[in-house]
Amino acid sequence: MTRTKTSEGTAPVDRGVPLFGRKSIDVGARGADALMRGVFFLGGVFVLFVAAAIVWVLLDNSVGFFSFVSPVEFFFHDVWHAVEGANAQYGIWPLVSGTLLVAAGAALIGLPLGLATAIYLAEYASPRIRGFLKPVIEVLAGIPSIVFGFFALAVISPLVQGATAPGTFLGGLFGNAGVFSAANAMIVVGIMVLPIVTSISEDALRSVPQHLREASLALGATRWETVRNVVLPSAVSGVAASFVLAVSRAIGETMAVTMAAGTQAKLTANPVDAIQTMTAFIAQKTSGDTPHQGPGFLSLFAVGAALFAFTFIMNVLAQRFVRRYREVET
Amino acid sequence: MTTPGPFAPDAALRRRQTKEKLAQGLLFTASSMSVLILAVLLGRLLWDGLPAIDWGFLTAKYSPLALLTGTTGIGDAIVASAVILVFTMLFAVPLGVAGAIYLNEYAPKGRLTRMIETTIANLAGVPSVVYGLLGLAIFVRFLQVGANMLAAALTLGVLILPIIIVSSQEALRAVPNQLRDASFGLGATKWQTVRHHVLPYALPGILTGNILALSRAAGETAPLLVIGLPVYTTMVGVGPLDPGTPLQTRIFFLASDPRATVQELAAGAVVVLLAVTLLLNLAAIVLRHRLSKRIKW
Amino acid sequence: MHEKTVEAGVLEPCLEMKGLDFWYGDTQALKGIDLVVPRHRITALIGPSGCGKSTVLRCINRMNELIEGTRHEGRIVLDGRDIFDDDVDPVALRRHIGMVFQKPNPFPKSIYDNIAYGVRLSRKVGKTEMDRVVQDALEKAHLWDEVKDRLKSPATGLSGGQQQRLCIARALAVKPRVLLMDEPCSALDPIATAKIEDLLLELRDEVTIIIVTHSMQQAARVSDYTAFFYLGELIEHGPTRRIFESPNEQLTERYITGRFG
Repeated sequence: MTRTKTSEGTAPVDRGVPLFGRKSIDVGARGADALMRGVFFLGGVFVLFVAAAIVWVLLDNSVGFFSFVSPVEFFFHDVWHAVEGANAQYGIWPLVSGTLLVAAGAALIGLPLGLATAIYLAEYASPRIRGFLKPVIEVLAGIPSIVFGFFALAVISPLVQGATAPGTFLGGLFGNAGVFSAANAMIVVGIMVLPIVTSISEDALRSVPQHLREASLALGATRWETVRNVVLPSAVSGVAASFVLAVSRAIGETMAVTMAAGTQAKLTANPVDAIQTMTAFIAQKTSGDTPHQGPGFLSLFAVGAALFAFTFIMNVLAQRFVRRYREVET
Repeated sequence: MTTPGPFAPDAALRRRQTKEKLAQGLLFTASSMSVLILAVLLGRLLWDGLPAIDWGFLTAKYSPLALLTGTTGIGDAIVASAVILVFTMLFAVPLGVAGAIYLNEYAPKGRLTRMIETTIANLAGVPSVVYGLLGLAIFVRFLQVGANMLAAALTLGVLILPIIIVSSQEALRAVPNQLRDASFGLGATKWQTVRHHVLPYALPGILTGNILALSRAAGETAPLLVIGLPVYTTMVGVGPLDPGTPLQTRIFFLASDPRATVQELAAGAVVVLLAVTLLLNLAAIVLRHRLSKRIKW
Repeated sequence: MHEKTVEAGVLEPCLEMKGLDFWYGDTQALKGIDLVVPRHRITALIGPSGCGKSTVLRCINRMNELIEGTRHEGRIVLDGRDIFDDDVDPVALRRHIGMVFQKPNPFPKSIYDNIAYGVRLSRKVGKTEMDRVVQDALEKAHLWDEVKDRLKSPATGLSGGQQQRLCIARALAVKPRVLLMDEPCSALDPIATAKIEDLLLELRDEVTIIIVTHSMQQAARVSDYTAFFYLGELIEHGPTRRIFESPNEQLTERYITGRFG
């Protein structure tokens, strides 16, 4: 500041180096600054390329697929038989029904258990129990899906087969399950989505202001009445977000389902049947020696596009819910 | 005093308190399920898998002959996992951290920034198998990389990119603004500020996020199957352009074989993979815990 | 003169604390509190921050027990019953002791449902009866005329002062014997504060009020009795006029005259 004044006055001024023009910082630092800005910018926009590439790959190859197979067959026929040759059939419904069956079963198991765990953690657990339970949930969330797939084969499948063996009540009701069944996948995916529901719902429950709980308790409500009538309604959009994300994850889950549910694309609602989901079809088809052309290969991308559409819609929905509860919070 | 006082529970309240007990019991039971599941899962896998693990199992490479006698090893798979993970991180970490720095330190609040952030949120929700399709179409076929470890690393790198960006952004956001102001106040450029003040402060947090992303990549299987990475190979190369079967795809291969001896090998491989991912998770949790204890100013 | 009547027993005691000690973990928050709260009067608890006045309030409806690691000794007798007796259920107790908090905290429900919530907890109530209960409570809280046309709209849309009166109505709807108020006006503007103070003076005939306040003027305006707390101890207690005009203790005088915060 003092130098500014002198430059206005009579003191001699060194005009070679402006004091606070851009050149006042040494050239090396300025160059590095500009360079790094560019580098970081590229890092930032790279995700846009990734997203564009995903959409382009799925769309472009789906268009190729539909030059072999009519959209009417794809969207309205109910037989999926993606083999090389003339007797291939490409009606997506068996894959969609398999996916939805597994997702519904997983939701039936994972959502209530996950929410109950979240309520227990947020509203009841003592710090000691919390300190034990939270890491358990985190570990469960960190286990790779291939490990769950192995677990489904080694542990859950025998249990399901035992429970539906000839002569049992469930066996009489549904029929007898083999090594692979939708029920295996439902149970294991239910376990896999539980931590998602728990962690997001717990966050939402914890963000309900303490003074609302106090108001309810001071009116003579029990803890459970407070949870049910005050806390849960206030956290409802966060809980909804956790549910939607969990279902979206269940739809996108691949390895555990591939290993547990089988490889038969079949239009059924019976949980003891072996089925195939959209994801399992993609994994199974590509792990074989498929030629990289023709409708069989391209069908991967058509199914992938359908899968992408399902999960994309659910994720957008979940983000809506999350935004709403963030707004309530502030 | 034998008559109940005015503040003793009446019949209605006793019913409500029973409900309370019931709710508490049910919630506790539901919560214990996670513990039970984890215990059964770990217990069973260790029970099945530990007997298979010895030095030979960990070092021997795959051979079809040894598989017949149930003595094949996972040495080559461990090497392949390491090679793939190194290249995954070489690709994804600089890109992801740079993206996070751009978004947190440079990006003006505007449409482009909002678009990038929405895109990241959506990419995080794309099923991993779709990333496999992306890898297959772009890396394997379009860029002609081939179905090898480099293509696997690139595919996994793209998959964990959103995780790295989001967690690194969180770490950067935790850096107090006074620090930046102080640096700018001394006449530092943005890059000097980021390099000398913001990054060192945020480094442990960024590290935590990257370790979690690494652990995710170490177990991710579906995209590798989709790009056509072989599930078994007798060729052992450590170059990125060699084919290789990392642990997770080897598990898929072994687990699909119904013979009891092979199932035991699969369990052994699962235990090794589980140990790697859980140790990485543990490292991240410990690091985060240390972090939260650090003195704040 | 007030003091005499209490001592003579003309004013019936509603609530009595006898040797009340309270701990948060290892920190003792209350030390041997002996306090008589007369029925149908307003008692103000004053004292600097952290003196224990809010803790006293939260002991009376046993809300402190919800915090891990707290314990107490001594007795609080409400209408002849020790509220710490084994046969006392804190949930039942809280139906007889209403509470209004520092920040207005209506539930994110409609105005109607805010009032109905507490009533519905203990018994089934028909619509006509509930309408009457809601109107009654809102009238008592001087809120009826302002909200009678929008009972079904969300309570969070009300102004701060209205919200606090709604919270008072919500507490009154369950017909408590005692109303605890924890700095109920600290988040409100002067006009809203004045409305609530008028309301308190009217409610006195119906319910015994214990109010924690930071404002000496408020204590002087609304209360019949004042208790001065300092560092977890009850320093002095008596009719408000006497406490303000001729306090017995030097500490009380110094606080009232504003010589320490």
